[in-house]
Amino acid sequence: MALNPEFIGRTYPAGPSYLVGREKIREFARAVGDSNPAYLDPEAARALGYVDVIAPPTFAIVLSLDAANAALFDPELGLDYSRVVHGEQSFAYTRPICAGDELIVTTVIENIRSMAGNDMITTKGIITTVDGEPVATATSMLVARGEDE
Amino acid sequence: MSISFDDVTVGTELPAAEYTLNRLTLVKYAGASGDFNTIHWNERFAREVGLPNVIAHGMLTMAEAVRIVTDWVGDPGAVVDYGVRFTRPVVVADDDEGAMLAVSAKVTELLDDRCVKIAITCKFQDQTVLGRAQAIVRLV
Repeated sequence: MALNPEFIGRTYPAGPSYLVGREKIREFARAVGDSNPAYLDPEAARALGYVDVIAPPTFAIVLSLDAANAALFDPELGLDYSRVVHGEQSFAYTRPICAGDELIVTTVIENIRSMAGNDMITTKGIITTVDGEPVATATSMLVARGEDE
Repeated sequence: MSISFDDVTVGTELPAAEYTLNRLTLVKYAGASGDFNTIHWNERFAREVGLPNVIAHGMLTMAEAVRIVTDWVGDPGAVVDYGVRFTRPVVVADDDEGAMLAVSAKVTELLDDRCVKIAITCKFQDQTVLGRAQAIVRLV
């Protein structure tokens, strides 16, 4: 089923804020087996000029895909989530995410296209602090595989 | 210890690394990331949807691959941009060996503002699993 191209450019306002916890960053770093002191040790992070431990470069996915679900589960979009795979992912950082940050994510549907029976949807999550300071953008391209028949 | 922009040229290679994923890694990543997609932990379901076995989260592979960059630069906050395409699944069998990712990287471009572009190669069973994997890092 083709996705509704009228959704290109549609913006989903930020939901509730996400408070970045020191222990959550540590949990994430340990889950990927990364013992970089900047993720685990506040003193080491401060020595690098940060106010507390910083998050690994891919941590923003925890916020951004959750926020994107508001768009992706919009019934009028027509996305069959059971057929979705992750096609591409990128992050652009104004600064690293830091423990103590209170962040919000605004989601924009950047593009929708069809190729070889598959639908591709690109969402951009614009991550800022609740005070409006830019932090990062997370761009995700998801592929909804076409029906086999 | 930190890498200076002045010590880097196009072609500078980063120390290669290997990272092993197993079922425990996948479970831990599912919990830490909140991605509980069934294909990452349920072999029966994975086979039902046509996969050879449970596969790793693409985001987990992406997280492992960038470690070659953050370990090299020291300050992971120096990574200002990072992007990949997911081109092939990393199959994680229920065994003691797990799935080994072989990661290499080199500097491909010197940019303004003491930034460099790094191309990352991530292979599983001798096949590339990430396409166009690139990071931009601001050096001191």
